[in-house]
Amino acid sequence: MKALRGYLLTGPAFALFAGLLILPLGLTLVLSFNVFDYNTGVDADAYTLDHYAEVFGDSYFYEVFFRTLWISALTTLLCVLIGVPEAYILSRMKAPWRSVFLILILTPLLISVVVRAFGWSLLLGADGLVNQAIQALGGNPVKLLYTPFAVVIALVHVMLPFMVIPVWTSLQRLDPLAEQAALSLGASQATVMRKVVLPQILPGVLSGSLIVFGLAASSFAIPGLLGGRRLKMVATLIYDQYLAELNWPLGATVAVLLLVLNLVVMLTWNRIIERRYKKALG
Amino acid sequence: MSRNGPLALSFHALVVIFMLAPLVVVCLVAFTPENTLSLPTSGFSLRWFEAVFERADFLDAFHNSLILAFSSATLATLIAVPAALAITRLHFPGRDFLNALFLSPIIIPHLVLGVAMLRLFALMGVSGSFSWLILAHVVVITPYVLRLVLAAAVGMDRSAEQAAESLGAGRVSLFCRITLPMILPGVAGGWLLAFINSFDEVTLSIFVTSPATQTLPVRMYVYATESIDPMMAAVSALVIALTVVTMVVLDRVYGLDRVLVGKQ
Repeated sequence: MKALRGYLLTGPAFALFAGLLILPLGLTLVLSFNVFDYNTGVDADAYTLDHYAEVFGDSYFYEVFFRTLWISALTTLLCVLIGVPEAYILSRMKAPWRSVFLILILTPLLISVVVRAFGWSLLLGADGLVNQAIQALGGNPVKLLYTPFAVVIALVHVMLPFMVIPVWTSLQRLDPLAEQAALSLGASQATVMRKVVLPQILPGVLSGSLIVFGLAASSFAIPGLLGGRRLKMVATLIYDQYLAELNWPLGATVAVLLLVLNLVVMLTWNRIIERRYKKALG
Repeated sequence: MSRNGPLALSFHALVVIFMLAPLVVVCLVAFTPENTLSLPTSGFSLRWFEAVFERADFLDAFHNSLILAFSSATLATLIAVPAALAITRLHFPGRDFLNALFLSPIIIPHLVLGVAMLRLFALMGVSGSFSWLILAHVVVITPYVLRLVLAAAVGMDRSAEQAAESLGAGRVSLFCRITLPMILPGVAGGWLLAFINSFDEVTLSIFVTSPATQTLPVRMYVYATESIDPMMAAVSALVIALTVVTMVVLDRVYGLDRVLVGKQ
């Protein structure tokens, strides 16, 4: 009886997710094995491993995957280096500044990523404010827009809230008395950081890194608008295959690989976090 | 209580500038009287805002986005509330799987969902249909409603419900008069968060919209890849203003820090 009610209440959501999540993902997996010809299109009855062979055999795809990997890794690293101290500084602020600045730093999250990418293109353009500042300081104008630099900067801007949130949450659970006890027992500020604060916020840092890396690796609008035509990341590559080349099966292959890589990274990362927890408890 | 030193405060100031700079620049450029995006500008003008309101394509896209965000947030709330109540209160086989399934759009790249739905809609012959676009959005925003309603339902005191039940209240009146009012902040906050996320969504939408159903972010994305003039800044400034207004409402209804950071 209770089970029946459970299924009735979750039924509408399940129907929608079965039809518009599980089914299309399954169809895309099948599509990635379908034969494709530029003249006749997709042949849904013929299957092949050609697209996977092409992706794994062509250095162009390696280049794009490798670029996506290092850009996401660098973005994650920068988010840790900026987001963790910032969350710590925020947590030491007094009310009302604490919530004012927390909201100021987190609300860009809710503003369209297209708007934020456009803002960065204004700042980093050839006669943008950053180049004007460089020239005012006596330097030569630098090409910033349509370089990996622009993509990384904008990605850090978009992803930083995702790092600040989990670190902030774990800092909230931190007992300030533990810090004070360590200080009163003669530990230096650096030791307190290393031995008291960092171990306790590490799970937050790790889960923040996971979200940032996953979102950066599949980001589309930022590399699309700030990377230009030549600087492809996996997401813009898939977009090109689907909407410019019209080679859907090849695009589906790259999409399947992106999804699998994302899930593998997430699950491995989760394992690491769990092992850390066990170590800390045992 | 230890305080932040000057070094920490300068670092903090730089981070705040970094986070706000692109948004502030967009708003400044939107008021330029010139034809270029250069800053500083020579004066103040509303001509680019006027230009936006003369562009039928942008107005249509804005209209589409509003209807889309409103309908998909409402539908997502209608399916997420019963699902959240079932997940928090009833034990049934497959409950954890369903919970994970309903939250999974958060970790599946929108791009992958976009191409997957493009394929499905093409096979069904409904490419470019506005109704199917709404359903596609419902899938990606349901997790946001679900999370907030789950948090509200878990934290709620059940004794009022038990009292009403023992006094003979029926299921419908129990839900309408006791349960719903108690989880209402979570439901309303979830709806607003879903609305914002649907309104901003670009990656999935770019694959499943047609020129007739184009949403504002998609229109802006396409416009920004083709040409860049101050009108783009004016549209962006309007989007920022609209988002800020929605956020103020969200803050009044549910508390912005609770939405962004989770329960405190």
